[in-house]
Amino acid sequence: MAESKQTHFVRTEMLQPSPPPLREAGVVRWLRENLFSGWFNTILTLFGLAVIWLLVSSALPWWLNGVWTAGSLGECREIIAKTAGEGASGACWAVVRERWHQFIFGFYPVDLWWRPVLAFCLLFAAMGPVLFAGQKRKLLILLGAVGATIVILVTLAASAVPNEVPGQTDAPFVWKLALALSLLTIGAMMALTAAGSGRLLWFTGLFPALCFWLLWGGPIWVPLGALFGFVLLAAVYSALLKRAGPGMAAGLGLIVALVWWLFIDAPVTVALNNAIPFGLTSVQSDEFGGFLLAITIGVTAITFSLPVGILLALGRQSDMLIVKTLCVGFIEFIRGVPLITLLFTASLLLQYFLPPGTNFDIILRVIILVTLFAAAYLAEVIRGGLAALPRGQYEAADALGLDYWQAQRFIILPQALKVSIPAIVSTFIGLFKDTTLVAFVGLMDPLKGVTQIVRADIDWKGIYWEPYIFVGAIFFVICFGMSRYSMYLEQKLKTDHR
Amino acid sequence: MALAHDAPKESFRLSMLIYDTRYRAITIQVFVLILVAAFFAWLLNNTIENLAIRGKEFNYGFLWQRAGYDIGQQLIPYTNDSTHFRALLIGLLNTLAVAVLGCIFATLLGVLIGVLRLSKNWLVSRLMTVYVEVFRNVPVLLWILLAYVVLSEVTPSPRDFKAAEGVEPAASMVLGGTVAITNRGTNIPAPLVDHSLGGFEIGGIPVNFTVLAFIAVMIASFWANARILTAARLKQEATGDRPTTWWKSLLVLFAPIIALSLVLGLHWDIPALAGFNFKGGILVAHSFTALLVALTLYTSAFIAEIVRAGILAISKGQSEAAFALGLRPGRTMQLVILPQALRVIIPPLISQYLNITKNTSLGIAVSYLDLRGTLGGISLNQTGRELECMLLMMAIYLTLSLTISTVMNFYNKSVQLKVR
Repeated sequence: MAESKQTHFVRTEMLQPSPPPLREAGVVRWLRENLFSGWFNTILTLFGLAVIWLLVSSALPWWLNGVWTAGSLGECREIIAKTAGEGASGACWAVVRERWHQFIFGFYPVDLWWRPVLAFCLLFAAMGPVLFAGQKRKLLILLGAVGATIVILVTLAASAVPNEVPGQTDAPFVWKLALALSLLTIGAMMALTAAGSGRLLWFTGLFPALCFWLLWGGPIWVPLGALFGFVLLAAVYSALLKRAGPGMAAGLGLIVALVWWLFIDAPVTVALNNAIPFGLTSVQSDEFGGFLLAITIGVTAITFSLPVGILLALGRQSDMLIVKTLCVGFIEFIRGVPLITLLFTASLLLQYFLPPGTNFDIILRVIILVTLFAAAYLAEVIRGGLAALPRGQYEAADALGLDYWQAQRFIILPQALKVSIPAIVSTFIGLFKDTTLVAFVGLMDPLKGVTQIVRADIDWKGIYWEPYIFVGAIFFVICFGMSRYSMYLEQKLKTDHR
Repeated sequence: MALAHDAPKESFRLSMLIYDTRYRAITIQVFVLILVAAFFAWLLNNTIENLAIRGKEFNYGFLWQRAGYDIGQQLIPYTNDSTHFRALLIGLLNTLAVAVLGCIFATLLGVLIGVLRLSKNWLVSRLMTVYVEVFRNVPVLLWILLAYVVLSEVTPSPRDFKAAEGVEPAASMVLGGTVAITNRGTNIPAPLVDHSLGGFEIGGIPVNFTVLAFIAVMIASFWANARILTAARLKQEATGDRPTTWWKSLLVLFAPIIALSLVLGLHWDIPALAGFNFKGGILVAHSFTALLVALTLYTSAFIAEIVRAGILAISKGQSEAAFALGLRPGRTMQLVILPQALRVIIPPLISQYLNITKNTSLGIAVSYLDLRGTLGGISLNQTGRELECMLLMMAIYLTLSLTISTVMNFYNKSVQLKVR
């Protein structure tokens, strides 16, 4: 037995783990798992690569050969043929460089461009406190982005404006003024933000009147008169709130404000304007165009459609039969017809429906119809949110002794609106895209109105990709930004722990 | 000793109309009703006054007058001697043609993209995300205009198809030499039969027996196929063995239609270059193609998102349970995931179909003569009857929308979860 050797072996120290096999680590593994994990997946990957190759091989030379300075499409083609050889394809971005101002401002007078630019900056200052309530850092980032946008705009303008736009007077000075004003605004906003963003809300309330005045011009008394109506409404409401309840107080306030707007406002503003004439050069609605028009209609309609939509949704959920029937009828009618027919109603039929001799601004008519259109869609979206709330929430509100408006304000609407944020924002995105349809009632939207004018020019006849890509890109940035914001908002308002 | 006694009976006072919640609802409703009635009375009064000022009257007599304009795409016969009413019908049919084809193509493309976006393949899912975001975030009007411009300005003219002496033609027909895309339109093959079964007319609308025969045979084939599948399922449930059905299905689906084609002598009239233009086949106008392509691409992006959300809404436990039961991925999708996902998918899908139908009115951008182009466009301008035309057009669109949503809601009810 002595010669029998110890055959078993016990390891005393731990082995180092050996590296994984080559095909199970790093890039190879990732490729195997994500791109080539089976014959079907491999085919899909090859198909995807083929699509990408097709797109890149046809579009890349076109992008790279792009020409930025030329006077016409023919000149563009000559330059491309000279630099890239005969038969090479190339983009002619010169059209964007030459005509960008029409895509942005339409026929808005050149020496007044600072007004829409300023209004655009102030729009962000007005939106900031609402969109990013209580988030100073976000507000600062936003303002920085606006500053950058303005600098880019001004640089573009400085390079394109001086020799190409007829009928201008001393544009560079005006642009400097706009720049100074915007920087001043941003500086002031930053200072206020540092003090606390909630304080800016008064500016948000003031903004619609200010924006109207900046865009259309005219005597300052007009927007002030309109604002005073709201002041009256608020005053009556707060005076009667204790005695008559919110519904009654709001109704009476509305009646007082309506009386002011319909009968007293006009003579008072005329008298004031005669006494103290102060105003800006007025700009007609048919001079509006491009993204100035799209954003004006879009922002106004978005702002006003939300409250109208909420009221319609509450009406549809109401126990009162007549109110409910009316709301259902309105919503189903608006949702059942295309927006175009409503726009035609605004341009063709309002002359029948309004008292003889009435004629009001076409942009205003379009805004009203677009607002009602969006409000009907929003009402359905919000109704979904209301229906998603468990019955217990309504019962708890009743048990606490809250009246209808208190229950809606403190319990029902905050939850219902939160649930429906994604759908609300996609309705807004749809609304903004639909502003292009105003082209069919003779307004100059950036897509059909302006592009058609540019394409009808003898210099740019036959150009199509470039203007459409330019306009499409701007729409994409705005709409995509809105959808990202809705995701941010969803994250911020998420209170459950899932 | 009864301490409890009834609450004192209150007599009705006028102030209770405002302060008592029981009566306030009635007060508010009466008030609203009066306001709305006054508003409509005001509108009506204005309309009557305005009509009187313009010396017009409200009647639809003009519908039976001669229209006097031509329409390029007509699914039923129409000449410029026909009435405005017939122009309206042509327009309505054109609207429906784009809407129906658009719904079918957008659904197919949308489902494909939605499923591919969920694929585990990194590259393909990213590509599909880009597709969805690009098409969703740009106005549909841009896609319509771009498709139209590209079709009518980039495509070759018919003479480019001509082969000169020793020179290759600059353009050639696609799809095996059957379809010619020129700057005047797309020429596609037309089906023709040697032995037509004839037809007749009802109220000016022609009915073709040949087409009816094909439709009847197809419906019968599908019905027979459904019977075969049901029988197979019943047998599987009774015995556990599923009989082979694929060859029976193939036979039932295809044999009758091929037999009918042979009997009637079906052949294709392929467009060919004759002189300076293509002859034969059917000329499809670019306005139709552009509208169809743009609506399909745009709406498919929305449908893809709906399909994706529907599939993601099914909890992971469902597919895990199916795998635990031994079902293969394909069967899991077919038997477990899809039936549940459909319940989430169908309601938003209905509104997408409605959107396509309403968006066909954007054909105005490319001069497509749909309902809005005929009734709300040329007829309106020629007769100057804005009020009648617009009201009639809105009523038709409203009827269309309500019909589609009623039909689809009916289908939705049939797939919804039955709660007992």
